[in-house]
Amino acid sequence: MITARDPAVVEIVLLSLRVSGVALFFSAMIGIPLGALLGLTRFIGRRLVVALLYTGMGFPPVVVGLFVYMMLSRSGPLGRLAWSWIPSLFTPGAMVVAQCIISFPLVAGFTMAAVMGVDPQLRQQVLALGATPWQAALTLLIEARLGVLVSIIAGFGSIISEVGAVMMVGGNIEHSTRVLTTAIVLETNKGQFSLAIALGVILLGMAFLANVLVLRLQGRALDE
Amino acid sequence: MSEPIIALRSVTKEYNGQCVLNVAEMDVLPGEVFGLVGPSGVGKSTLLRLINFLEPPTAGTIRFMGSTFSAQDSVPLALRRRVTTVFQRPMLLNRTVAANVGFGLWLRGEKQSQTVINEALNQVGLARLAARQARTLSGGELQRVALARAMVLRPDVLLLDEPTANLDPYNVGLIEDIAHSINRLYGTTLVMVTHNIFQARRLAHRVGFMLNSDLVEVAEATSFFESPRDPRTAAFVRGEMVY
Repeated sequence: MITARDPAVVEIVLLSLRVSGVALFFSAMIGIPLGALLGLTRFIGRRLVVALLYTGMGFPPVVVGLFVYMMLSRSGPLGRLAWSWIPSLFTPGAMVVAQCIISFPLVAGFTMAAVMGVDPQLRQQVLALGATPWQAALTLLIEARLGVLVSIIAGFGSIISEVGAVMMVGGNIEHSTRVLTTAIVLETNKGQFSLAIALGVILLGMAFLANVLVLRLQGRALDE
Repeated sequence: MSEPIIALRSVTKEYNGQCVLNVAEMDVLPGEVFGLVGPSGVGKSTLLRLINFLEPPTAGTIRFMGSTFSAQDSVPLALRRRVTTVFQRPMLLNRTVAANVGFGLWLRGEKQSQTVINEALNQVGLARLAARQARTLSGGELQRVALARAMVLRPDVLLLDEPTANLDPYNVGLIEDIAHSINRLYGTTLVMVTHNIFQARRLAHRVGFMLNSDLVEVAEATSFFESPRDPRTAAFVRGEMVY
């Protein structure tokens, strides 16, 4: 089924990658600057923000799904606005929103840890060479680049294998919002184990590749 | 006597209400090597951070190249870029040696000319290591790259914060030669913090002695070492414990 490139499987895989890819893009756009800000600066309320971030890193996806569902449903605060750029429920856009909320705290948290891992002396020395505060922040972020990449991959891992939120806000609609995880649940319930296993193997492969990449970036060999 | 390039007046620095620096008056003349000696923890490195505008004084003024700044004033970037520091423990970026040397030029939006970078590396005797990753260098090599990184910027003032601490005598000699040639070739003003009074004697035109956050005495190197005015300076020069 995998080697024959079954069109249904290909469609599901591509939609999974598209939804998670777009969600990851937005997560990185929010999470990396937020993580850098928290790692490099001290301000009133920072501890509270960090505590909220850590809470976000452990959010049950199903709770995120419930939250997004309530926000985007027609009677919800965002859904009733009916603005064109706010995605409707049971669309890939709604799934992107849910996945973004799940993964951006991970990206921000790991980025913060990576930036804080850079020796504080380096910032002072970069400033002494004539850097502006922005240039110093960018330099430290580049120095922590492996940690930042790990944060992105961790974010990807958290959403590609997530099922609760996308099921709630996507609805698992064929040719529209059916992704790997929701398809596996459906096919298992139908007793179509061969398709469920094929999809599971693909999902496992993706998660494995993401983890291999993390390990490679951390400079470890797989046989360590 | 020429106009000082750096002039500190009634400068104090406090952390959490505790005074760590109290300099009534200190002038550094253009083109000189100014040695700053004293025991550990008396405020020498803090003084360098203030001169490099890495942090503001709590009170007092710092006059730098004709402009005066107090605690509330922000220092223009262009002026801040005319002074730089080589630290005791140089931190290089996780890049090649050449990229590290060219880093300050990149910050300034200047072209990272390979010729300029190679010239600086030649001067510190490390041209052969240009393509090496900085993390693979030894302590002495790191410090020489840090000097080259500062040198390419052609600063008017170069601050050296214990640049030879923890180095072997061979590397100490190399660093001293490089510092001397930076001062001689480019007319760069050097302010060098050191524990080593022999080093100050070898390199400095004038020397200041700091103790307990105060600048006790500043004098020409010869008179500083041979006929110090303050008994505490005399004791320090003799190698005795001073409190």
